[in-house]
Amino acid sequence: MAHLPLDEGRRAYLSTLIEGLLAGQRRALARALTFVENGGPEAQWLLKRLYPRAGRAHIVGVTGAPGVGKSTLVNALASEYRERGRTVAVVAVDPSSPFTGGALLGDRVRMRDVAGDPGVFIRSMASRGSLGGLARTTGDAITVLDAAGFEVIFVETVGAGQVEVDIAQEAHTTLVVEVPGLGDEVQTIKAGLLEIADIFVVNKADHPNAERVELALKMMLDMGGPYEGWKPPIVRTVATRREGIAQLVEAIEAHRHHLQAGDGWQQRVRRRAHEEFTRILRRQLVEHLFSTLPPGRFEQALDHILARKTDPYTAAQELIAESYGLRSG
Amino acid sequence: MSQAGRKIRVLIAKPGLDGHDRGAKIVARALRDAGFEVIYTGLRQTPEMIVEAAVQEDVDAIGLSLLSGAHMTIFPRVRRLMDEAGLDDVILFGGGIISERDAQVLKEQYGVAGVFGPGTLLQTIIEFLREELRKRGKLPPEPSEDVAAGAEAPASP
Repeated sequence: MAHLPLDEGRRAYLSTLIEGLLAGQRRALARALTFVENGGPEAQWLLKRLYPRAGRAHIVGVTGAPGVGKSTLVNALASEYRERGRTVAVVAVDPSSPFTGGALLGDRVRMRDVAGDPGVFIRSMASRGSLGGLARTTGDAITVLDAAGFEVIFVETVGAGQVEVDIAQEAHTTLVVEVPGLGDEVQTIKAGLLEIADIFVVNKADHPNAERVELALKMMLDMGGPYEGWKPPIVRTVATRREGIAQLVEAIEAHRHHLQAGDGWQQRVRRRAHEEFTRILRRQLVEHLFSTLPPGRFEQALDHILARKTDPYTAAQELIAESYGLRSG
Repeated sequence: MSQAGRKIRVLIAKPGLDGHDRGAKIVARALRDAGFEVIYTGLRQTPEMIVEAAVQEDVDAIGLSLLSGAHMTIFPRVRRLMDEAGLDDVILFGGGIISERDAQVLKEQYGVAGVFGPGTLLQTIIEFLREELRKRGKLPPEPSEDVAAGAEAPASP
């Protein structure tokens, strides 16, 4: 990695952030999250020290189409967990504009009930060009909040359609939120979002068509399977009035117990680590490769590809072989 | 303090009990389009809620929209809470129906960096923020277009 080493002052400052966030100081935690979100040597330095302390939180993903009530639901769930004496962190991801890089992060608007509670910490994140429904560093932000000792961490994705399924890699428990009026049953049968659900939530259940949505989901679930000891339940809620929220928390807790009773928890944690580790390896290998190439070598290969003197696969093999002093195959 | 991939984060809040959030929304949208990451908190925020949100979101600036006439109460209170929370390098600015005289007091006594009345061009607010960020070393010194969030500067005509 081409990172400059951190000077002593910088390291001392980052140390105070770690001490602060472990002692429950919210400003230190917020600062650490900013560093981690921005990447770079500070992020690596912090994560190296915080990673060993993480791994205790229950990570709950909340996903669904825009406007289904994800933020309102998270607000209600956080209130319910607080009443049960648990501390809660929320990471709410909204999209960045692909044109300006700016973002309007509006999830706090619906989270005012828990906004002043010292047992709750809410952080908005912009997706910054990532397409899977999360930001590239959302996983690292979760690690920091986990190390800071929050017991339940809700991760609210970008309003997702059918393919933004990254959340299933990050969370222990994934909620997929549906509402009446978004389309017919064919939408339900399509692949994608529905396959990652551990729990289905039919929100806005005071709407007359809620029953039909639930029926469609039931039919789909009955056709699916086999379910290894856990068939995703369907919970109806009206998040604005906190109806069905206690039942939803029961379902989330039941899922946690299910995972912890068997090896499900370990499997998910391993899958997450596997995904994260390969992703980081891939990125660092590419960065390393570029750092070893002579100037202009990449452009030269690109020119050859454009001139159709070679193809991208062969050119890639050649660059790798040169860079690592291997014989080209 | 330079960081890889650093983005400027701005909190836009609407304190007080009136429901006129149009101005706040327009400014939030304009700042987004200028490449900032804007955290919008919505209506009826108390000073406590605003400063707590600013702490959690680690913002570089706080913008308040005030149309209720309560600005001489709200701004000093937000400033005091910011001081208590250690948000000394965070820019505080605002807009709404605020007289020239009040604006002067807010700037001189309560460190409000900018006060914008009706009819202010959105570009004026964006330029003001960039200038304040440059003063604090959070943006590169040369004034260039759209550097707020690393967006590519358009070719000058």
